[in-house]
Amino acid sequence: MTDYDVIVVGGGPAGSMAAEAAAKGGAKTLLLEKDRDIGYPVRCGEGVGAKALKQFMNPDPGMIAATISKVRMRSPDNTCVDFGQEEAGYILHRRIFDVALANRASKAGAEIQTRAYVDGLLMEDEAVTGVKYQYMGQHRHLTSKIVIAADGVESRVGRMAGLRTSTKLKDMESGYQVTVGNIDVDQEMIDFYVGDNWAPGGYLWIFPKGDGMANIGLGILGIYSRYDSAHDRTHSFIKKYFPKATILASVCGGIPVGKTLKKMTSHGFMLTGDAAHMVNPVTGGGIITGMQGGQIAGEVAALAIQKGNVSEKGLEDYPIRWHRTEGKTHEAFYRISQTIDTITDEQLNKIAHRLVKTPSSELSLLKIFTTVAREKPKMLLDVTRAFAGV
Amino acid sequence: MILVKDNRCDFCGTCVAVCPVDAIELREADISIIHDTCIDCDICIWVCPIDVLTSDKPVEVEND
Ligand SMILES: Cc1cc2nc3c(=O)[nH]c(=O)nc-3n(C[C@H](O)[C@H](O)[C@H](O)COP(=O)(O)OP(=O)(O)OC[C@H]3O[C@@H](n4cnc5c(N)ncnc54)[C@H](O)[C@@H]3O)c2cc1C
Ligand code: SF4
Ligand code: SF4
Repeated sequence: MTDYDVIVVGGGPAGSMAAEAAAKGGAKTLLLEKDRDIGYPVRCGEGVGAKALKQFMNPDPGMIAATISKVRMRSPDNTCVDFGQEEAGYILHRRIFDVALANRASKAGAEIQTRAYVDGLLMEDEAVTGVKYQYMGQHRHLTSKIVIAADGVESRVGRMAGLRTSTKLKDMESGYQVTVGNIDVDQEMIDFYVGDNWAPGGYLWIFPKGDGMANIGLGILGIYSRYDSAHDRTHSFIKKYFPKATILASVCGGIPVGKTLKKMTSHGFMLTGDAAHMVNPVTGGGIITGMQGGQIAGEVAALAIQKGNVSEKGLEDYPIRWHRTEGKTHEAFYRISQTIDTITDEQLNKIAHRLVKTPSSELSLLKIFTTVAREKPKMLLDVTRAFAGV
Repeated sequence: MILVKDNRCDFCGTCVAVCPVDAIELREADISIIHDTCIDCDICIWVCPIDVLTSDKPVEVEND
């Protein structure tokens, strides 16, 4: 007998979805989170697509800071490409959102323990058989049939299981964000700045947070962040454009924008969310993809336990199902991101000049990417793949 | 040797994620470098979004 069927490490969106799905599938489930609070600190711009979120829930108004119907993309010479769509997305209060997801897991029957830092795995030969953790200064261990590591960008638990989870410098966005007050921004619009000026290899974002507040942040590829950090760039931007803004909160964080790990399971072990590099490589969005990955992982874990086979073979449905739902699109987006990185500021300006001539009712992300593909024809096939979801 | 500037770290884990040899230990509010494991590749210094990490190696002079 093991203490639990499934132990999930990490209480972010991926971990909570995994715990909920495992518990719903009949598995005795425990989730361990190292921080004192689920949902805090918030290392996130908090933007999600409305349609994507609604696959999982009808969001409670209390978790939504702003509803987005307009998108602005600015080229390096500050040409604004505007387009819109009714209720295209939300800026969440992730502190509330993450707690709601963890609460859903507990309603499904999962136990949750915060302040529990997993610092090792129990192993028998190559098989993972439980976790070692520290709780309030005490060393403890618990056995399980499956450990699901949803420990975020650090992904150390995967390394403990012998998987190679570290992120290459060229695939890591170094991110920083402040939540500011006292600024006058359109509360229905998300605003992006692309180009080398503010965020080489990434972008700068302004996401409204309701009531004269906004998240302003940026991500830059690790290879560009040695001498001018994400922190310094963000503060220069605010000084220049919003000198009267007050800083209400600041966080930093890394966004893994490489390909999803090929190997995300081993005997009795699964990786999900940021820990498995599931973030969309173009947008850097990882809330929805993490929820998707976590849910599949939890479902497959519960089924494997019912069938009595938790070997890598017994868990093979997990990578197969991920590949079918998100994985293929993810790979197309990865190739697009590699091409985007080669576009110069001049080309970006040229693309923007072309796009502003299109009536904004005809503009969409797809239209933007196909216009970009006129500069980089080799991208066109992947754009079609990514947007067709195949 | 990699040095951590006092009271600056935000415990975000970005450096941990890129370290090729898993030489950075991070808890809720506590970071330390495992110097015996560290190979002094410096990429954690590059990636830290708020410039918390430095090296005691002599600084290369930039010629630009
Ligand atoms: C600056 C920034 C802006 C972003 N903006 C957006 C955005 O606008 N939209 C979007 O969709 N995505 C965004 N992302 C990405 C998004 O935040 C992540 O992809 C998402 O949080 C991943 O969810 P997760 O559950 O995999 O990991 P996380 O949410 O990181 O959760 C992992 C959890 O595991 C815990 N943990 C780690 N190690 C251990 C351990 N050893 N023991 C116990 N617990 C442990 C951590 O404390 C953490 O709570 C952004 C990221 C950053 C850094
Ligand atoms: S210098 Fe390299 S090996 Fe040493 S801690 Fe930093 S990333 Fe790890
Ligand atoms: S990347 Fe910087 S802020 Fe983040 S944990 Fe490492 S040293 Fe601390």
